[in-house]
Amino acid sequence: MSRLLEVRGLQTAFPSATGETRIVDDVSFNLDSGEVLALVGESGSGKSMTALSILRLVPKPGRVIAGEIKLEGRDLLDFSVSEMRRVRGGRIAMIFQEPMTCLNPVVAVGAQVMEAIGLHDQIGQVDARARTRELFAEVGIPDPEARLDAYPHELSGGLKQRVMIAMALSTRPEILIADEPTTALDVTVQAQILALLSDLQRDRGTAILLITHDLGIVNELADRVAVMYAGRLVEVAPRQELLSNPLHPYTRGLLRSIPALSPPGVRLPEIPGVVPSPDHWPNGCRFSTRCGERFEPCAEIFPEETAPTSDRRVWCHAVDASSRDPEGEAL
Amino acid sequence: MSTEVPPLLRLQDLQTWYPIREGLMRRTTGWVQAATDVSFDIAPGQTLALVGESGCGKTTVGRSILRLESPQKGVVLFEGQDLLELSAESMRAARRRIQIIFQDPMASLDPRMRIRDQIAEGMKSFGIGVDENDRRARVAELMERVQLDPATMDRYPHEFSGGQRQRICIVRALAVEPRLIVCDESVSALDVSIQAQILNLLRDLQDDLGLSYLFITHDLSVVRYLADDVAVMYLGKIVEQGPTQRIFEAPAHPYTKALLAAIPSIDPMQRGGAPPVMGDVPSPSDPPSGCHFHTRCSVVMDRCSREVPPLFPVTGTNGTKGEQGRSRCFLAEESESRSLG
Repeated sequence: MSRLLEVRGLQTAFPSATGETRIVDDVSFNLDSGEVLALVGESGSGKSMTALSILRLVPKPGRVIAGEIKLEGRDLLDFSVSEMRRVRGGRIAMIFQEPMTCLNPVVAVGAQVMEAIGLHDQIGQVDARARTRELFAEVGIPDPEARLDAYPHELSGGLKQRVMIAMALSTRPEILIADEPTTALDVTVQAQILALLSDLQRDRGTAILLITHDLGIVNELADRVAVMYAGRLVEVAPRQELLSNPLHPYTRGLLRSIPALSPPGVRLPEIPGVVPSPDHWPNGCRFSTRCGERFEPCAEIFPEETAPTSDRRVWCHAVDASSRDPEGEAL
Repeated sequence: MSTEVPPLLRLQDLQTWYPIREGLMRRTTGWVQAATDVSFDIAPGQTLALVGESGCGKTTVGRSILRLESPQKGVVLFEGQDLLELSAESMRAARRRIQIIFQDPMASLDPRMRIRDQIAEGMKSFGIGVDENDRRARVAELMERVQLDPATMDRYPHEFSGGQRQRICIVRALAVEPRLIVCDESVSALDVSIQAQILNLLRDLQDDLGLSYLFITHDLSVVRYLADDVAVMYLGKIVEQGPTQRIFEAPAHPYTKALLAAIPSIDPMQRGGAPPVMGDVPSPSDPPSGCHFHTRCSVVMDRCSREVPPLFPVTGTNGTKGEQGRSRCFLAEESESRSLG
């Protein structure tokens, strides 16, 4: 596996009364070819804004103020507007939560995919139509020839998301960014789309950056997981390790508060309080206002990155202290 | 459910269909069969979860109980009265006893009204509290009860977080002292850490006040934590109902099995596997013949497309005696006749 995307020290900010508020703060991660990295967090954690930053699609007046986003060694932040346009929908494609808002309601879905192909490849109408039909078949759209001429409102939510995936794949991207791709779908349809994404990743070797709030979906699809809280990464680990042995108190709280895991009749473990708004983030660890393991340095000093094993990273004073202390819990 | 205590709410064969009107004369050309033959009981202090995917009719059932929709047929017995027979004025009085909490608190709160006034509005309209001061004290007490700071009662909805706004909606519902609360996807829009707080709160309130809930949701994982009984809907009909534990441990209907299997597990040792059902839910304006689920069912038989299955009793497995709910599937009929023979 080779390193495809390297995000270093990413900071994305929006103007505020007090200057600029960094809603993505010092985020660093890698995406290797063919792997699925899940970016997990609750609303306001900055996970979607991180994805938009990579494609340089941060809504104005927000902007990336620091960091590097290297696609095979070249920093996307240095790309010209026209170079960047070729990257979007070319080497990096994106699918969103709500397919209805991304499709043009008055154009047949086949024509929309053909248009996307035409923007990136010089090919004729007949070839573009044939390629679109193949893509529709590949993403499991039944009767693909007939669906080419269907309008978005004639398709169910699940089929519309399949059309979006077909469009995203039309230029054979190396990276697919999927932002909550199944959140608007029913659970039986969600299972179908997750299976489709998993097949595509295996058959085509497309790397996927999966943005989600749902740890069940993480388990279904991800190889590695990066957990975000209030604009910062708190923990990065392989899927199995993260789910079976979460190290950061926030990751642990998140896992415990999933109702399905609680035996019936037992009170759900809560994370007390609410996520602070960006202008009220503490100086130190952002989770310190809600953390049950908080001690002296947490509120004031941001924890350094600790690497308990070569493939895990965590930002927590408690984990840091116990890894330094030879008497402490072995990690 | 025990037969000794009369149910707080009993639905009998409720039917709510919406007309499809077309053309210049707005003639009715068809019906969206949103809810058909829906029957269930909710006992005092109990929770029934009504679950299903979008378009299954669960929200229509909830709204029909409050007569926010107009059912064509059926009986909605609440505290012994058929709500569908009540005059508009008596229905208004009955709404004090049945409250509803929706998915999106921002959409159900007035953005230009102080939350104190919104909470007190229902009390005032039903004549609860002797004067403004009395109601103010009650608002403060209720806010404290749901862990909201009473000092914030003069603020506006936008000054609160999503979870706090849902607490405000809960306070507003509680303010008129209801017996039954219809929760329509009330925790679905919340982050998981906040969702746990609200679920715990709903349970505490039930324990303290003896409330009953009709909990409408698409999320089965939430159901297990909160509900005593579950009714699963598919394309307008209840396909299976029974005690929560039996539904989760021994689902009888193929659709219930598929729904449960479709929930992504967070057990790291468990992943993959084929999707439990293919295709999408058909349109409720033109549901499939026979059993509505036969077009997606993995164990479909010849008769399923021809005959409409009724609800067959489901008997308990591993030692539990008696009826454990019902399933609208011919397979349940077969297992029933086997156990009788």
